[in-house]
Amino acid sequence: MSAPLTPSQTVGPYLALGLPWEDGPYAAAAGAPGAIRISGRVLDGSGDPIPDALVETWQSSPEIGVGFRAFARCPSDDDGRWFVLTLRPGPVPGPAGTTQAPHLDVSVFARGMLHRVVTRIYFADEADANATDPVLASVPPDRRETLLARLGNDGHRFDIRIQGLDETVFFDV
Amino acid sequence: MPDAFRRDDRDVHPPLDSPPYKSTALRHPKQPLVYLPHTITEVTGPALGPARVGELDHDLTRQHAGEPLGERITISGRLLDGDGRPIRDALVEVWQPNAAGRYRHRWDRWPAPIDPNFSGAGRCLTDTEGRYSFVTVKPGPYPWGNHPNAWRPAHIHFSLLGTAFAQRLVTQMYFPGDPLFPYDPIFNSVRDPDVRERLISSFSIESSRESWALAYVWDIVLRGRDETPMEAGP
Repeated sequence: MSAPLTPSQTVGPYLALGLPWEDGPYAAAAGAPGAIRISGRVLDGSGDPIPDALVETWQSSPEIGVGFRAFARCPSDDDGRWFVLTLRPGPVPGPAGTTQAPHLDVSVFARGMLHRVVTRIYFADEADANATDPVLASVPPDRRETLLARLGNDGHRFDIRIQGLDETVFFDV
Repeated sequence: MPDAFRRDDRDVHPPLDSPPYKSTALRHPKQPLVYLPHTITEVTGPALGPARVGELDHDLTRQHAGEPLGERITISGRLLDGDGRPIRDALVEVWQPNAAGRYRHRWDRWPAPIDPNFSGAGRCLTDTEGRYSFVTVKPGPYPWGNHPNAWRPAHIHFSLLGTAFAQRLVTQMYFPGDPLFPYDPIFNSVRDPDVRERLISSFSIESSRESWALAYVWDIVLRGRDETPMEAGP
């Protein structure tokens, strides 16, 4: 029996009433060995921060047998900033016998977005693994940079540009 | 390896670029989306157990010292996949304004009263048959700034995690017969009128509880799995 799919609608401006969890940004507990911080801003087509967005991440474990929530959720603040604290994902199988480089799947929701947009976070310091990643290979070379988190003073930096110059690559999932 | 999920028909979800809803203008990607095969990352999802849900989280009328004002209602239904199979032990999260149409949020400034006995957020886990249920008050319609004399039809926001990243959905549930439907660019962003109807709950006299609450029933359907074991790519 097939059932008719429910359509998407926007989270609206008041998602902060229902979606944030106190421990939401912590896919791994604060202070967990090997924990990394990934943070950035969500920006609109004018380059202005989106203060009513929600960023969610989902990923693999560092290696088989390491158990943690692996899912994080963070509302953006008034400057469009978000962060997650997590463990570095390990490589996982891809289509047709390939191996995917370490990555996180990302959903972004906001007022003014009638459906989520989906992107991926890869790590700029995994150049060898990224070079053979089947999903990165399917992205136009001049846009791959938008999928790379870069290590800085505050952990890994990953900005999400919904539209415009250096628009982040979004996926049809 | 779990199966991939069936891709949604193009007409199911609203387009991200939907000019009548003005805020979409600067918040939709202009570059084409890149096809993402359903790999292990997309076909799996977090296991969020009962610890995520408090005892009274499903009852929005019992979260404060007194009862909220308004029309007490129940909202219940099933969470199913595209093959009609129940999705069990899945988190359902809701949020809504109070009976006067006011959200308890610092940005909501329209002059309708705040109800000290109503926060407007709830969550529950589906049972073994995919059933969820909430007790709440019927949310009021409210004005917004999208266009002159713009009002949102009464609705409750729903967030579903399903069992996999590929099933993630956030949507809104509406009430039958709302006179604001023809004027709402968010409701009408779903282009196919038959598909749009899926967002509207049904009134159920059978589920209404005598001398206590009227009942609305709404099933939610997330993607089903594909028959092929794994997608090879585009």
